[in-house]
Amino acid sequence: MRRGEHPSGAVVGGILAPHPPHLVYASNPPQNEPRSSGAGAWQELLAGYQRLRASLEARVYDVLVVHTPHWKTRTGTHFLGVPHFSGLSVDPIFPNLFRFQYELDVDVALSQSIHDHARDAGLSCQMMTNPEFRVDYGTLTSCHLVRPAGDLPVVAISSVRTAFDYCNEAGDQEMLALGRATRAAVEASGKSALCLASCSLSHRHYTTEPADPEDPAFESIHNENQAAWDRHILALMESGQSRRVFDEMPDFTDQCVAETRDGSLSWLLAAMDFPEVAGQVHGYGTVIGTGNAVVEWDLSR
Amino acid sequence: MSGQVLSGYLVPNQPLPLLAPDANRGWASLRDSCARVRAEIEASEADLLLLFSTRWVSIIGHQIQADPQPEWWVVDEDFHSYGSLHYKLRMDADFAAQYLDKAQARGLHARTVAYRGFPIDVGTITALRLLNPDNRIPACVVSCNMYSDRAETLVLGKAARDAVEASGRKAVVLGVSALSNRMFTRWIDPAHDRIHSQKDDEWNRKLLELLGDGRLEDVSQLAREFSHQANGDSKMKALWWMAAALGENNHYRGTVFDYQPVWGTGAALVGLQPAAASVGDLEYDEDGAEFFRGDRNVLAPNDPGRHE
Repeated sequence: MRRGEHPSGAVVGGILAPHPPHLVYASNPPQNEPRSSGAGAWQELLAGYQRLRASLEARVYDVLVVHTPHWKTRTGTHFLGVPHFSGLSVDPIFPNLFRFQYELDVDVALSQSIHDHARDAGLSCQMMTNPEFRVDYGTLTSCHLVRPAGDLPVVAISSVRTAFDYCNEAGDQEMLALGRATRAAVEASGKSALCLASCSLSHRHYTTEPADPEDPAFESIHNENQAAWDRHILALMESGQSRRVFDEMPDFTDQCVAETRDGSLSWLLAAMDFPEVAGQVHGYGTVIGTGNAVVEWDLSR
Repeated sequence: MSGQVLSGYLVPNQPLPLLAPDANRGWASLRDSCARVRAEIEASEADLLLLFSTRWVSIIGHQIQADPQPEWWVVDEDFHSYGSLHYKLRMDADFAAQYLDKAQARGLHARTVAYRGFPIDVGTITALRLLNPDNRIPACVVSCNMYSDRAETLVLGKAARDAVEASGRKAVVLGVSALSNRMFTRWIDPAHDRIHSQKDDEWNRKLLELLGDGRLEDVSQLAREFSHQANGDSKMKALWWMAAALGENNHYRGTVFDYQPVWGTGAALVGLQPAAASVGDLEYDEDGAEFFRGDRNVLAPNDPGRHE
C-alpha cells in the first residue's frame, strides 16, 4: 500500500525513542553546531537507532506523533498548532552539546483532531498557536534520530504534569485517555501514524560530566537498581506483555526514578492499544547514568 | 575593598504579572509592587543583581550565565497565548567567572554558559524586566540543580557570598521562586484566580509572617516542612540559597511587599535588609554545610568515586 492510499487511518507502529541530545551530538549532523570528539560513548544506542532506521525503511507512514517530556505543561496537555517552525534550539541543560538549527512541519489538522478527541474525553487541552514558540529539544531529538531527513510532518504533544502534581497512577490514567484519543483521531484522519514516546527508562543522572562528555570511561548505569528495573521492563516488552508494562508503570516510575513519569510511554502503549506483538529492542545503553532503550512495535504485520 | 551582599528579595517566578497584568488585579498588584522594590534597589548602592531561579533547571552541577548580552525571546510553555517575552539583558560575565571559581573552591561541580540563543528562563526574564527594565544594574543568574538538596544549595549560596566579597561588588540577591506551587491544571478565567487551597494559603501566610519578621534562617530551616505541606517550589531551594548568601541568620528587617495568587500558586514579593537586631536568634538542629563532597551513590556497585 502506498502513501495516501489508506482506506482508514491507523497507528502503524510505536517507537520508544529516547531523546538524549548526546546522540545527536555524537552523530555530527550539519544542523548541530558543536562537533563531537568521537571518543566513542553511547555506541549501543547509536547502533540501536541505526537498526531502527533500517527497519523503518520498508515501512509506510505519513506522520510522526511524538509525546515529549521536555515540553512540560501544568495547565493540561498542549499541542503544536502552527504549520511550520524554524529556529535554533539550545538545550538549557546541555548547551555544550546541543545547539540545533531546526525546521519542523506540523500536521495541524491531526494535531487539532487529537486535541478535540482528548477534550471530548474530558481532558484539559490547549492548542499552541504562538509562531515564536521554540520547539522543545525532546521532540527535535527523537524525530531527528528516527527520521533524520525530516521530511514528514509532526504532531508534538506536551507532557502534562499530572503525575508530578498528584501521583503516578493519576498521570497514567490521564495518559491512557490521551493515548486512546490519539488513536481515535489517527483512525479518523485516514493517515498512517508512527507514534514516538520520547523518553528514557531509568532516569537517575550523574550530576557531573567529564572534560570530554563523550569519554566512554565515564558512562555506566547510575546504580544496579536502575539496571535491574530496566532489564525487567525490556523483558516484558520483548515478550509482548505491554499491558503488564502499563500495570507496573507506577512502581517502575517510582522505584526507578524513571522518565516514564512524564507520561510518554504510557501514552504510547495506549495509543497502540496495548499490543501483544513483541517489541523489538534495537539497542539499550546509558547516557550520563540514565537507562535508554530504542524499542519498535510493528503493528502493520 | 571587600564586596558586600546588601540585601535580598524573594520574587515570583511566573510571567503573568508581566505578560498580562490587566487580566487580574493580583497580577497587576505584583507588577506595581515590583516597581516599589525596583525603587528600593535603585536607591541602594547595588552594582550587581545576583539571581537564583527555580525556572532554570540543571542536572550537571550548577550553571552560571556568562553571556554579557543575551538577546533572544522566550515563549512560556503554558502561557504561550499571552505572547512572547523578547529580551536583551546585561550580564556581569566577569562576576560569573568569579562565582564559578568560588563554587569550585567549595567542591561544587559548576560551569559558566555563554551561547547565542541560550534560553534564559522565564522567571529570570520576568524578574529582570520588572525590577531592572533598563539594565542599569548588571546581573548574574545561577541555575537550580534538580538533584541538589539543602546542603549543596547552602554551599552554592555561600560561594555566591564568597564571590561577591572577593569581587568588590555591592550585590542584591534575588530568589526567583513561588511559595506554594500547586497550579490549576485547567484553563481558568484569570479574574477568578486564587490560591489553590486554603491550606496552601495558610502555609504561605505563616512563611510570610516569619519573613516579615526577618527570620530568614528560621524559614530556611522550615523549608522542608513547608515544601511537604504546601507543595513548595523546588523544595524552596531559592530560600536556602538566599539564606546562605545573606549569612545564615535572622538579623534582617523583613518587608512583605505583596502576596497574590498566580494560577493557583503563591507569589510573594519580600525584601530582607540586614539589621542589627533580631526577632529570634535560635539554636538550630541542622548544621550549615561549608563544602560539597559530591553525591553519595550508595547503590553504585563499583567505583563509586568516579563521578564525584
